[in-house]
Amino acid sequence: MPMPPGDLWSLAPEFWLAALGIGLLVLDLFVPEGRKRIVGWVAIAGLALGLLPIAGMLGGPARTVLLGAYAVDGFAVVFKLVIVAATILVILSALDSLSGRTGFEGELYALLTLSSLGLVMMAASADLIVLALSIEFVSLSSYVLAGYFKEDRKSAEAGIKYFLFGAGASAVMLYGFSIVYGLTGHTSLYAIALQVRDAPQPALVLALVMVLAGLGFKVSMVPFHQWTPDVYEGAPTSVAAYLSVASKAAGFAALVRVLVVAFAPSSVELVALVAGLAAVTMTVGNLIALPQTNIKRMLAYSSVAHAGFLLMGVAAFNAEFGTPGLVVYVIAYAFTNLGAFLVAVAVEGRLGTTELSGYAGLAQRSPALAAAMALFMLSLIGIPPTAGFFGKFYIFAGAIQAGLLWLAVAGVVNSVVALYYYANVIRLMYLVAPESPLPLAEPTALRLALGISALGTLAIGLFPQPFVALAGAAALLLRF
Amino acid sequence: MESYLLTITVFLPLAGGLLILLTPKGREETMRWVALATSGLAFLASLWLLGPFDLGAAGMQLQERYAWIPTIGVNYHLGIDGLSLPLFILTALLSVLSVVYSWKVDQRVKEYLFLFLLLETGMLGVFVALDFFLFYVFWEVTLVPMYFLIGIWGGPRREYAAIKFFLYTVVGTLAMLLGILLLYFNADPRTFGILELIEQQPLARAPMLAALAFWGFFLSFAIKVPMWPFHTWLPDAHVEAPTAGSVILAGVLLKMGTYGFVRISLPMFPETFKAYALVIAILALIGIVYGALVAMAQPDLKKLVAYSSVNHMGYVMLGVAAAAAAVGVPEKARAATIALNGAVFEMVAHGVITGALFLIVGVIYDYRAHVRGVDDFGGLGARLPLYTGVTSVAMLASLGLPGLMGFVAEFLIFVGAFGVFPELTAVAVTGILFSAAMFLWTIQRIFLGTPNPRWADLPDLDRREAISLAPLVAIIVFFGVYPRPLLDLINTAMTSLMVAIR
Repeated sequence: MPMPPGDLWSLAPEFWLAALGIGLLVLDLFVPEGRKRIVGWVAIAGLALGLLPIAGMLGGPARTVLLGAYAVDGFAVVFKLVIVAATILVILSALDSLSGRTGFEGELYALLTLSSLGLVMMAASADLIVLALSIEFVSLSSYVLAGYFKEDRKSAEAGIKYFLFGAGASAVMLYGFSIVYGLTGHTSLYAIALQVRDAPQPALVLALVMVLAGLGFKVSMVPFHQWTPDVYEGAPTSVAAYLSVASKAAGFAALVRVLVVAFAPSSVELVALVAGLAAVTMTVGNLIALPQTNIKRMLAYSSVAHAGFLLMGVAAFNAEFGTPGLVVYVIAYAFTNLGAFLVAVAVEGRLGTTELSGYAGLAQRSPALAAAMALFMLSLIGIPPTAGFFGKFYIFAGAIQAGLLWLAVAGVVNSVVALYYYANVIRLMYLVAPESPLPLAEPTALRLALGISALGTLAIGLFPQPFVALAGAAALLLRF
Repeated sequence: MESYLLTITVFLPLAGGLLILLTPKGREETMRWVALATSGLAFLASLWLLGPFDLGAAGMQLQERYAWIPTIGVNYHLGIDGLSLPLFILTALLSVLSVVYSWKVDQRVKEYLFLFLLLETGMLGVFVALDFFLFYVFWEVTLVPMYFLIGIWGGPRREYAAIKFFLYTVVGTLAMLLGILLLYFNADPRTFGILELIEQQPLARAPMLAALAFWGFFLSFAIKVPMWPFHTWLPDAHVEAPTAGSVILAGVLLKMGTYGFVRISLPMFPETFKAYALVIAILALIGIVYGALVAMAQPDLKKLVAYSSVNHMGYVMLGVAAAAAAVGVPEKARAATIALNGAVFEMVAHGVITGALFLIVGVIYDYRAHVRGVDDFGGLGARLPLYTGVTSVAMLASLGLPGLMGFVAEFLIFVGAFGVFPELTAVAVTGILFSAAMFLWTIQRIFLGTPNPRWADLPDLDRREAISLAPLVAIIVFFGVYPRPLLDLINTAMTSLMVAIR
């Protein structure tokens, strides 16, 4: 079957990212040691250019290309924007924190760029094989990224742990895919959707659970979350930020597409299953986050908890507010959580610690940094007028509209628990005296990234209308 | 100008706060003047409202309405009526007086003033927001600055008090959020507009959901009021907060809870509220008696005032519950209106009186004696005549002496509530007895008796303190003698409310 030329045009962002990644690798060969930041800046410029063709697809008609294997719809476009924007901010934060800690600085930027290509493809895959390939593509680069400081034992541990867990999860997921294929005879999600009603229940449930294991691993869903704290703690902080935002966003995009497109037409109790997982995930994440004393481990468990909130949006997919709620939440969470990690990068860079005790008196040592962190913490709690509040508002709305009032109540209880450990960071920064009164200066590139995150966090809270419109368009187009 | 007057008033303090953030370090005096100017202007603007405001008309006036998130029907909608206008002016007044009182705060001035002005914007917004989304945003905006005010500038146990305040309030607000969403999804057409939802009564035919939503709102408002048994955050927060913070907490933040009951719970869920009115009246009664008794036993002056707030807010809730119990009973409508008038009058009266009382405690504790035990003093009356006079007026007003503001409020509440809950009201009147005993005993121990030589050279009120206390004392006396203008204003709004819920 010949491919229509329009198909290739709609893959322009992917081609651009691939070319950029390879170009960066080549460029790295010619940039002398000590000036590798140039590679990073080129990556940032390239990724920013890559946003243009993606944004150009907003509002376009929803369709699939490559013989139905790849979706070009509002849902994918929004997630692509989030992923690429997050990658830009992560590279900005890495520019200052990496130099001196690794001999392979240039390759890191290339790897981040290439892995964002994989994430972009994950968000758009409409076929189990393409999905499996893009997940593997992402995973392989992520393993390397997590273990990037190979002389650092914790980083090496993070890499190997991520690899072992990840390989296991992928294997289980692939097995699930093969069962789905066996039951329906198709790999295209839209074709599976037509067959899935007649598939035998027990086998389908087994397949669903296996698929959930694989994708749940990517998004840190309980009980597949155990890798999260160790990997976040050990990995370079910028990489942890990347895993917690870009990788999670893509994971949710894939999860929603697989569940909503392929499994929803079946008679499996999908809503109850996902709602239960959501409640368990947020509760476990929040409870274990409470006693953490390391900012990266705390943010890791908090990201598990937020996966629970996002799952609430997945569970409410039947409601008009459900999937848009998820999309709004992903955008809000991306800005906020990246911001929180960026502050962690800055503090680690100046003080050399990721322990929470290092944040004592930060408000006096660096008022801007502390104010930004306070904003991000308030957003993670869900206090208006921040992005986090609006995301939570929309997710709760979806749950209530879908008749899942109990889940919304569980979310409320969890928000209160979460308040305690987020407020603890604020308490340390503002209420506790600093160990030393020396001011901290944050580097320029990081300041830019922080400014963008803070601005985004406030803008979504104060002027949510464009984001609501975006999310609404994204959700409408998902199921054609 | 008039069509933007509410917006201007609400956001003036925030504008001042942002200006202060931009002021370079070391120019503390400039920051203080900016704070005074903007909060003062906000107060003047709130008085200006009396011009275009039609005192005789019921219903929302000076409304402003713009689409904010049109896709889901959220509007930026402000408006003011006889219920919110007095509270709005009270908020602006207490804020500017607190700024005056805080002139001597010299620790982290920039942050202090910014948070204070942000808090003022949030409080002003709560009283004029007519869209649930907006209301919720303003409601929560008051939360964070107060957390910091207690946590940074508070007393020895400030961290505990601050997080306790934060946690309690957030539990309530999130429950309210679920209630708001339940209303929203059952409305047709869907809207977050408070007035539109009251008109629609979306949950009138779903008693189960109405009860859920009602208790969601109840939790939020009852924690804020605070009603017994949700009051435990209050003594901690009031005692640890800096003086200006206590003034705002007691004077305004508690009123947000009772305001919510009158503005939202009563008209939105009249039938549900009626069904649970007795329960709520009993809780209010427990608060009245318990608050007064515990206050009497307090050796700490600040804690004493804090518990007396539990007692007084109990009166307010008794009045509101009485009004709710009279829904659908035409022969009780008159009594209910009187009770409701009393409740709203008490909100204002308690704001003024308790605001003054916390300033009074601050005067003696912050910059003079640095102790505030009721038994630490004695015979101050001869030493500090001005201070003694002011304190006596405020305390006598608080115990309900006729001729002062508190009496009018409590009298109306009892008269009204007696027509609905005679037995409960009879018990509630004993609360007056206890608080009279408590305040008189306090006055006796602090100002009478043999002078304590330790305080031989304590100075009387200085100019800053006198300026911040004088307007409050004047209001207490004026509306105690001549309550009519304020009462007419409230009555217009409450009569139309009682007619609307019949």
